[in-house]
Amino acid sequence: MNSIDSTPAKNSLLSSEIGSERTLYPYVTGTSVIGIKYKDGILMAADMGGSYGSTLRYKSVERLKSIGKHSLLGASGEISDFQEILRYLDELILYDNMWDDGNSLGPKEVHNYLTRVMYNRRNKFNPLWNSLVLGGVKNGQKYLGTVSMIGVHFEDNHVATGFGNHLARPILRDEWHENLSFEDAVKLLEKCMRVLLYRDRSAINKLQIAKITEEEVTISQPYSLKTFWGFSAFQNPTKGAEGSW
Amino acid sequence: MMICGRGIEKLRWIREDMMISLDVFLFLLRFMRLIQIQMSKSAIDVPPKGGFNFDLCRRNEMLFKKGVQPPSFRKTGTTIVGLVFQRLLFLFNQLHSSFSIFYLQDGVILGADTRATEGPIVCDKNCEKIHYMAPNIYCCGAGTAADTEAVTDMVSSQLQLHRYHSGRESRVVTALTLLKSHLFKHQGYVQAALVLGGVDVTGPHLHTIYPHGSTDTLPYATMGSGSLAAMSVFESKYREDLTRDEGIKIVSEAICSGIFNDLGSGSNVDICVITKGHKEYLRNHMLPNPRTYISSKGFSFSKQIEVLSTKVTPLKEKVVVIDGGDAMEE
Repeated sequence: MNSIDSTPAKNSLLSSEIGSERTLYPYVTGTSVIGIKYKDGILMAADMGGSYGSTLRYKSVERLKSIGKHSLLGASGEISDFQEILRYLDELILYDNMWDDGNSLGPKEVHNYLTRVMYNRRNKFNPLWNSLVLGGVKNGQKYLGTVSMIGVHFEDNHVATGFGNHLARPILRDEWHENLSFEDAVKLLEKCMRVLLYRDRSAINKLQIAKITEEEVTISQPYSLKTFWGFSAFQNPTKGAEGSW
Repeated sequence: MMICGRGIEKLRWIREDMMISLDVFLFLLRFMRLIQIQMSKSAIDVPPKGGFNFDLCRRNEMLFKKGVQPPSFRKTGTTIVGLVFQRLLFLFNQLHSSFSIFYLQDGVILGADTRATEGPIVCDKNCEKIHYMAPNIYCCGAGTAADTEAVTDMVSSQLQLHRYHSGRESRVVTALTLLKSHLFKHQGYVQAALVLGGVDVTGPHLHTIYPHGSTDTLPYATMGSGSLAAMSVFESKYREDLTRDEGIKIVSEAICSGIFNDLGSGSNVDICVITKGHKEYLRNHMLPNPRTYISSKGFSFSKQIEVLSTKVTPLKEKVVVIDGGDAMEE
């Protein structure tokens, strides 16, 4: 979904329209985001890399942000579109606060708003090139959902975007269970992020984990995972046959 | 034609009553040869010099661009994995303060799912993807089913001939080199992605071979459409010091991950364990997709059809069934 098109499109038809601004391909992209429900709320993990095509251009991009009091948003894909979405949501939360009626927008409402925004943009052939993960807790109810760049949305106990769908979701399907403790949930997320670090070329070893519960939202400081490269077979792959490869 | 030798005589006899001069005769000879060559040129095509002729591939690409759909072929849409297990034992020697490493019970475990697809249809729900190469070498194949079968059969025969010639057990690197040179020669058009594993005199080996001919030597490997799902299991669970049963468990989990998370893989798990001097082919080691609802009554004709007579012939009386027999061996 968030594939990077390295060759500019030969779209003579569309470029002939003067002043038309359509998103054709993403430039600065973030890789996968993973989110899981655990006993007290939602945990999300994302690394801090922003790739410009095949270069790792930015290494301190925060892709997890809190929205209002009750939600947490993580995004993969085009970073500038993510910043635009944050502006939309800022306006939304501000207007909600101005009502001053004691109600605040919960994760379900924000998820629905994002779905409408993404779907409408896609219908105009000008998508926001992101896959979003939205999680939160309101009135004891945990909510975890995802929206893709074309407006596909659903809600589940564990979600992932991009490469996380192929590498992390099999692990989560096997090992996630109801009422994970905080430590177990962090271990599970780190297991998934480690596999992504090994096997996704645009992942970097600098990640943040964000936690949201009924009481508080915390986004951790960036840290890195321990990796293991010391397999004996890696040391001398041609041990059995000199000169081969 | 009668030719009286060569020589200085300028007169030659063609027939007793006909005589032509030497230079005329030679001219006639050359003329006849020229006509013969011209005729042969139009009848026989001169074969191209060296290499493989890729002209038909260019034609196929041109046809595809014009919108002609190529016929679909059967793919083993797949999850295949391999794993090397080596039990390390450290002995601490008190006198000399040194320690030695022993390898106990090491070998290679190969695993595969059993689904073969033809586009969106499952054409074989229990096919065999672990192919025999040599008594101590097996190969899993992903990609086009015909290509994997043909290429593994071919290299298996070549290995057999080599065994007769040399009198020794085949080595895994031999199979590797034969496969990779064949695949490279065909520049990726033979779409076979293979996981080759075996144990020979030099130890256990595991290699992956890609359709274009590149290879990797790895402690654990996955290929096929379900390779990411299987690799996620391997990356989180593999460690160096595995026993045979732990290895089989991890391989089964990886294949199950491919079966349940990838649409191109499904049905059952096949496992092949190869150790020094011994191999075990566990066909349908796990059946995680059983047919849940089977009618106990069996099949019955609808009520409108009148059954006139029933005759049951047990076929065991008519046919001799050879039990057992290793279908994998020659």
